[in-house]
Formats: sequence, structure tokens, C-alpha cells
Amino acid sequence: MNKELIVTSSPHVRAQDSVQKIMWSVVIALLPAVFAAVYFFQARAISVVLTAVAGAVLTEYIFQKIRNKKIMIKDGSAVVTGLLLALTLPPSIPLWTAFFGSVVAIGLGKQVFGGIGQNPFNPALVGRAFLTASYPVLMTTWTVDGVSSATPLSQMKMDGIATDTWNLFVGQIGGSLGETSALALLLGFAYLLYKGYVNWRIPLAMVGTVFLGTFAFGSDPIFHLFAGGLMLGALFMATDMVSSPTTKAGRWIFGIGAGLLVVIIRLWGGYPEGVMYSILLMNTAVPLINRYTRPRSLGEVK
Amino acid sequence: MKALTFKQGIHPEYNKELTKDKPLKNAKRPEEVIIPLKQHIGAPLKVLVKKGDQVDLGQKIADGDSFVCAPIHASVSGTVKEIRKVTDPGGDIVDAVVIEAAEVDKLNSGLEKHDNLDDLDAGAIRKIIREAGIVGMGGAMFPTHVKVSIPDDKSVDYVILNGAECEPYLTVDHRVMVERPNSIVFGLKALMKAADAPKGIIGIEENKPEAIASMQDAVENDNNIEVQAFETKYPQGGEKMLIEALIGREVPAGGLPLDIGVVVNNTSTAAAVADAIRDGNPLYERSISITGHGINSPQNLIYRIGTNIGDLVEEAGGIKDNAAKVITGGPMMGVAQKDLNIPGVKGTSGILVLVEDEVEDYEPSPCINCARCVDACPMFLMPTQLANYAKHNMVDELEEWQVLSCVECGSCSFVCPAKIPLVHHLRLGKAQVMAKKREEN
Repeated sequence: MNKELIVTSSPHVRAQDSVQKIMWSVVIALLPAVFAAVYFFQARAISVVLTAVAGAVLTEYIFQKIRNKKIMIKDGSAVVTGLLLALTLPPSIPLWTAFFGSVVAIGLGKQVFGGIGQNPFNPALVGRAFLTASYPVLMTTWTVDGVSSATPLSQMKMDGIATDTWNLFVGQIGGSLGETSALALLLGFAYLLYKGYVNWRIPLAMVGTVFLGTFAFGSDPIFHLFAGGLMLGALFMATDMVSSPTTKAGRWIFGIGAGLLVVIIRLWGGYPEGVMYSILLMNTAVPLINRYTRPRSLGEVK
Repeated sequence: MKALTFKQGIHPEYNKELTKDKPLKNAKRPEEVIIPLKQHIGAPLKVLVKKGDQVDLGQKIADGDSFVCAPIHASVSGTVKEIRKVTDPGGDIVDAVVIEAAEVDKLNSGLEKHDNLDDLDAGAIRKIIREAGIVGMGGAMFPTHVKVSIPDDKSVDYVILNGAECEPYLTVDHRVMVERPNSIVFGLKALMKAADAPKGIIGIEENKPEAIASMQDAVENDNNIEVQAFETKYPQGGEKMLIEALIGREVPAGGLPLDIGVVVNNTSTAAAVADAIRDGNPLYERSISITGHGINSPQNLIYRIGTNIGDLVEEAGGIKDNAAKVITGGPMMGVAQKDLNIPGVKGTSGILVLVEDEVEDYEPSPCINCARCVDACPMFLMPTQLANYAKHNMVDELEEWQVLSCVECGSCSFVCPAKIPLVHHLRLGKAQVMAKKREEN
């Protein structure tokens, strides 16, 4: 036989999934939320989303070019970051701010750590944290149908006014682009679950903790589930693979920890909302959580 | 019967339909055999023949004094042409006896035939198993008589026969179970007697209903032997997964099944034990699946040890033009070969030929911490973490995170969406820890 045979180490067959498939599936899963945003905020939503995505992809490209790395913008991970950031922004945000947020998200949130897989924090949340700190007014100006309005969480916090639960669920409320419709977010998440591309422990633990925690302290738990960024954060940001634990027990701890922080910030903190900081804080604990939740290997005597 | 299973693991495509209904048939008797003199885990052997010697079929051509070794026999009658180095399927360069086959075979093994196990005590059975050169035929080639030699301070309550055959493509154990169930049961009883074990279990994956039915028929009158189905999941045939699924015991890290009262053998090994006891046949031939989409006419063959693998492939119609990879063993743990001019040995259960489309060029991308490897590892290790430790030669961490428990099943590499060769890194990690241990001693 004259033919050159290929020799590699085992295994010689692989599952068909790829990082690219996973990332683009997350993009698909976020589309219902994007459509909901367009429905509630019209063309404004489209421009914010496109700007944030463009900013993220462009920043990724420039960093990879400068660092002489392979250009991997096609893997979809920058698109996911841009989309997620956009969904946390108020519809009235100036486009340059959205763009700048994406530059920070990818640049400081991801590429300075070495790119995909290396970021300790969820990059989109890094971008949002930066914008919140730098442009607090722009980041908390909410409009619905051109009329400015407070978010349900600040209405509750400042004025003690509750919002109708059904409006909360479908999204007929003031808020960031993607925080308004829990229904759209759940649809997208269901798709990821069906594809097996997401773990359910973190969101379940986080949402469950917020539900029980707010209930225990006399708040309306249903309101807290669907108000603010909890659904977006729990379903799509806390579950970011890179910045969440790799063990099953670790995922429970991560989710419960983030949930507790949300409860504390929302009920007693200075901000009406705490999902972003909760997740970022728990991100810092991931290496430690992994270390202390290493499963007992089969036959291991600890 | 409820199908049992272990925790975690993976579901590769099995592709067993290529050969599962092809009855075992004898491969053409080779004109020349090249028999490597290292076909077991353990101490090396001394060659007993020299160039020009006439040998008979089944005659011992190499043996050793050490307890952990298994002799090797001539697989044809003929003349010793030379003793030279060859590359074996594992990639090692070893001495081999080349025998030119005579016109006819004359069996001369020196083994007596016993139709009834009552004539034999445990020691006598172990002696026959040893003299017949029987080793684990699932691929590991550990000497079988050592497995059933139970130290005084230990006792065994189960002999488990591994009929899971969880490697995709391979259908050898399946065919042996379908065609030779009574030999398997006879062999199992011999192994139970040798190990003084009261109970036997034959575990088979659900995707082999004919094998399950066949074995159930064969044990109908035996109260102490049970056939158990497994869910079809890789690596069910791993010794530790097998034991855990069947009787819920864990082999202690660094220990043996013997430590928890269990001996595990392959079903084909049991059949070989029966052949040795009843027919006086040492292990000079075995069954093999020649399979894969790169083979023109996939077959299950019985071949003489030392037959050139290329000849076996030719008997299965040869390889197709788009063949790209030839593997001895299965796709998960088998070894890729650079050419077909190597001899088949006692542990060679399959030749798998993959075509170009099936052999992707995997370029690894960075780990995204998705933890699929963590969720797949049947040993509950954290492959991604271990791979990082191995890359940075962090030996203490490797040890603490149990790298030595890795069974190299390849499930982590299989599921990795970033196509990182995780099991390869873990092998390196194991080597690093072993090197450090040797240094310390």
C-alpha cells in the first residue's frame, strides 16, 4: 500500500459539536429577546443591538490582529458579548456609549486576559459595569413609547409601587432592552436546554434563591423573579461557561451565592438592582469554588 | 431484566451493524506467521526455539520464570525461519519468531483434555490457563492465571465476564457470545473454580440482544451464574464501570478488583479457557472484527496469532481508495497504525479502517470551560483542569487531582467542543507523576 495513513493518538472519533456551534446557538437563543426589544422599543432597539455587536466584533478583530493571533471573530463569541451587553442597556442610550461599552467589554473584559476562554468575568457585564460607573445618568434613563418612566424595581424601591405581574412577564414595562420580557428570555433558554448547550443548575439555584430569599423577607417573590435583569442574568450571564464553575456542586454554590447577593442588594442595598454585581462578584470566586468542589473520583478515598 | 449502568460516560455512534451479523469464519491459514515474544503485561520471556527448528502447532516457543508472564505458542506447524525484531500493534519494537508454515498442522501442545471440571482442582485449572498462555483478550493482555491466583488474605465472591464490548464497531465478543455461549459458560465456571468464587455474572450491553439471549439460554440451569444487561453507553466495558454498575462496589484508587472481591475477564478470554481445558488448545488463534467504512467487505475472522494484519484486511476485500486511517482495536482506545505490515497479537480484537470524511483534521481551540469533559468522565476527574496542570508540569497538583485514576477511555477528548486532545494531556500527566514517583524511590 502506497498511501500515507494518518496516525494520531486515540480517540479516533469525536462528537460533532464545536465552540462555534455553541456560541451561535446562544446567539439564536437570544433572538427572541432581541425581537421582544424591537417590539417594545422599535427601531431604537435595532440600532443599539447592531452598534453593540459591531463594537464587540470590531474590538475582537483589532486585538487579534495586533496580537498576531488567528482571527476568530467567526466563532461567534464576540457577537454573544455584544448582544448580551446591548440587552442590558436602556433603549435611550446614545449609540456611541453602547459602542464604547462593547469596546471595554471585549478589550478589558476578555482580550487583555488572553481572549476566549481566559476571561475571569463575564465580558458583557464588565462592559456594563464600566458604563454604569462612568455614565450613571445615561444608564438609568428609561423610556417606554417615548415617555420616560422608572423601572419596576426602582418604583418598588423608591415609591413602593408594584407593577402588574403579567406586564412584567411579557415585558410591557420600563427597563433595559432585554430585561423587559421574561417570556422571550425563557423561550431562548429552553432552546439552549434542548440543544444541551447550557447548564440548568446555575439559573435554577440563582432564581430559586431570589424567590425564596425575597419571600422570606416579606417581599413579593414573583415580582422579584420577573423584574429587572434577573432572568437575563441568571439564564444567559451567570451561565457563561468561561466564567462559571465546572463542577456540578460548584454550579449550585455559584447560583445560590449570586442569588443571595441579588436579594441583599435589592432589599437592603443602595441600588434598586443587583444582578450585575452579584454575578461579577461570584465570578471572582470561581477558581476557589472549583477547587473545593472537585468531585470524589471513583474509588478515591478522601 | 432492568439494564444497569454507571454514572456519566458518552454515547458515540456504534456502527456495529457493519459486522454484527457476520458469522465468525476461519481466516486463510497464513504461509508465514511472525509471532512477537511480548504479548502480555509482565516480565519478558525467553525464546525456546532457534532458527531451523521444526515446531508443531501449539508448541511453546517462549516462556519465562516470572509469575506474571504468559508463554507463547506456535500458531502453525512449520519451520522457524528466523528470530528478528518487529513492530507490534502497540508500536513497540520486540523480538519475534518467524515460522514458515508446513503443509499441515499437527497439534502438539502437551495439554491434556478434560471434559469435566470435577477432575480438576483450582491449582490444576490455573496451571492449564498459564500453560495455555491465556491473557486478557479485550486488549490489555494481562495474564489470566495471575488474575485468578487469589492471595491468602483475600477472597473473591464474583467472577464477572465482560461482554459489554462498548468500543464502537467491534463485534468479536458479540459473535463469540452468539456462536459459542457454552464455551464461555464452561470457561466462566473454570475461572470461578480457580478463584474459588461462588458467583458469576456475564454483563452485556443492550445493543446486543442476540448475545444476551444466547448467554441466557446457556446459563439456564446454573443458579449461581447470571446474565445482566447494561444500558448502551461508553465505557461500560471498563473494568471499574463494569463492577460499579453490576454490584455497586468501587475499585479503590491504585487498587485492583481483587481488593473488593471481584475478578473480571473478557468473554472471549473465557472461551479461550474452555478451549484450553477441553481441547488442549493453547491460545494460538483468536477472533477479530475487520471493519469500518474503509473496508470493502467487513468480516469477523478467526486468525492465527502472528498473521500479517494486511493479509487479514485483504481477506475482508481490502481497503477502499478513500481509506485514511487504520486502527488496531476500536476507535476510542485503539492504536493508529502507519502501515499494515504488522502481526496480529493475542490482544488484537479489531482492525478498523476509517475513510477520509471520518478523519477530521482537528485543530484545538482554547478551552471555554464548558465542563463537558467533567460531566463525561466516568472516573469523575476534571480533565480540563488536569490537562492544564499537565501542560505546566504541575506534578503535585496532578497527583492531588487524581490523574493516576484516569483510565484513558477518551471520553473527555470525544466530547470536547474545542477539540482539545484532553486524554493525551492526561496520559502525559500520568507519565509526569510516575516519573516523579520513580525518582523518589
